[in-house]
Amino acid sequence: MSPAPETAPSESAHVVRVSNVTKVFRLGRMEVQALKGIDLRIRRGEYLSIMGPSGSGKSTLFNMIGGLDKPTSGKVFIDEVDIAQLDAYELAWLRCRKIGYIFQTFNIIPVMTALENVTLPMIFAGMDSEAAVQKGLRLLEQVGLGDRHSHKPSELSGGQQQRVAIARALANDPAIVLADEPTGNLDLTTGEEIIQLLKRLSAERRVTVISATHDFKMLNVSDRVVWIRDGRIDRVEDREQLSITIGRIGTRA
Amino acid sequence: MATPAWFSPSRNSRRIGRQIVLPFGKSVEIAYKSLRVRFFRSLITTLSLVLAVSFFSYTAVGNDIADGLLAAGRPEYRQRLLRAGYDLEADGTRVARGAKQRWILMLSLLVCTVGILNAQLMAVTERFREIGTMKCLGALDRFVLRLFLLEAAMQGLAGATAGAGIGALFALAAGVLRFGPPALSCLPAGAAALSLLAAVGVGVGLSLLGVLYPAWVAARMQPVEAMRVEA
Repeated sequence: MSPAPETAPSESAHVVRVSNVTKVFRLGRMEVQALKGIDLRIRRGEYLSIMGPSGSGKSTLFNMIGGLDKPTSGKVFIDEVDIAQLDAYELAWLRCRKIGYIFQTFNIIPVMTALENVTLPMIFAGMDSEAAVQKGLRLLEQVGLGDRHSHKPSELSGGQQQRVAIARALANDPAIVLADEPTGNLDLTTGEEIIQLLKRLSAERRVTVISATHDFKMLNVSDRVVWIRDGRIDRVEDREQLSITIGRIGTRA
Repeated sequence: MATPAWFSPSRNSRRIGRQIVLPFGKSVEIAYKSLRVRFFRSLITTLSLVLAVSFFSYTAVGNDIADGLLAAGRPEYRQRLLRAGYDLEADGTRVARGAKQRWILMLSLLVCTVGILNAQLMAVTERFREIGTMKCLGALDRFVLRLFLLEAAMQGLAGATAGAGIGALFALAAGVLRFGPPALSCLPAGAAALSLLAAVGVGVGLSLLGVLYPAWVAARMQPVEAMRVEA
């Protein structure tokens, strides 16, 4: 079903490569440089967090990686394909099968049940209904919502909606899951649960998770953290270095 | 640089296009559910259509009744028609469809279309995030377009059918009140059915016309809208 990145000849260590990306927004007569030259390589299967204060360009970079926005200059490669070169169909294909999106505001389609939300990307991908329903039920089971598949979003709590979103993001076995502030609208405990769930699923399925966040709970599970500041990469830290940073944050706070 | 398997070197986007699908039956299902969930809003959008179409159907069926009475060939019916204010065509076999009548009809339909346009634009704005999310899941522009057109067609069909029925009922009631039972017995069934069909057709057409621009706006929306926290 999925284009099986395992067997692709392109199997490179980096699933995402960001090369000297800049982005300029025009606000009336003012030009705002949101990104001032970003270089970043994201390894296959890693759990990467993009941290930074709001206004740092974090979300802009995140949208570039997800193919939701185009850089002013520079290139973004996903599996070594320059996504600026893709036409509308290919972009839709990329969003459908290569990338799973998780949003701060959950964005469960309100008119559909949990199960229908999860099966929608599979239907877009051409899977037949029966198979999609089976897989959707299995995915909902895996995120702990096996018994709530026929509920509408309005009947689900925030945490449950985010679980549906995670199941939906994984529907077409994407190579990358992009999570934009996945815990931003959740309380501490629920946020922690969602982070643990994401971590577990990413490990089980060897899927690359990229999340933009300023939730420090995310640091514990991240393999690497990219700190963005003022449109540039401030520093990139591996997990070993992280404990020190967290300690510092802890003492500072 | 090696080309990954998922990316066709020939850049045959048609082939890729066909790999992203939304079966028609599924579109209908989604559109129907979408309407049902937003029942009240859909009802308001449809209401102006119901009114305009019922006016259309009232006028058309009223003319059919008058034609039927004329065709019966009885002079007293003819007298009563003239007294009721109907003008006759030169050859005297049909009642005249006056320019004033046509103008009022056109205006009512125009107002109705603008009403639908307005309501649908608001509906699209309300659903920006939903549309953006669908696009993030891989929906093509034309899926979004198709969903909105289907919703409008269903709304149009329901509203126009109701409107045509209501208008015809009122026309029949008015006919019976003015001309007595012959209004019904002389009514040419074929012509009346045709009038109803025309009313439904016009209604569906206007509903589609009104949604065209809003649906186009929706279809062209960038998926990044889904990410925006406000709204």
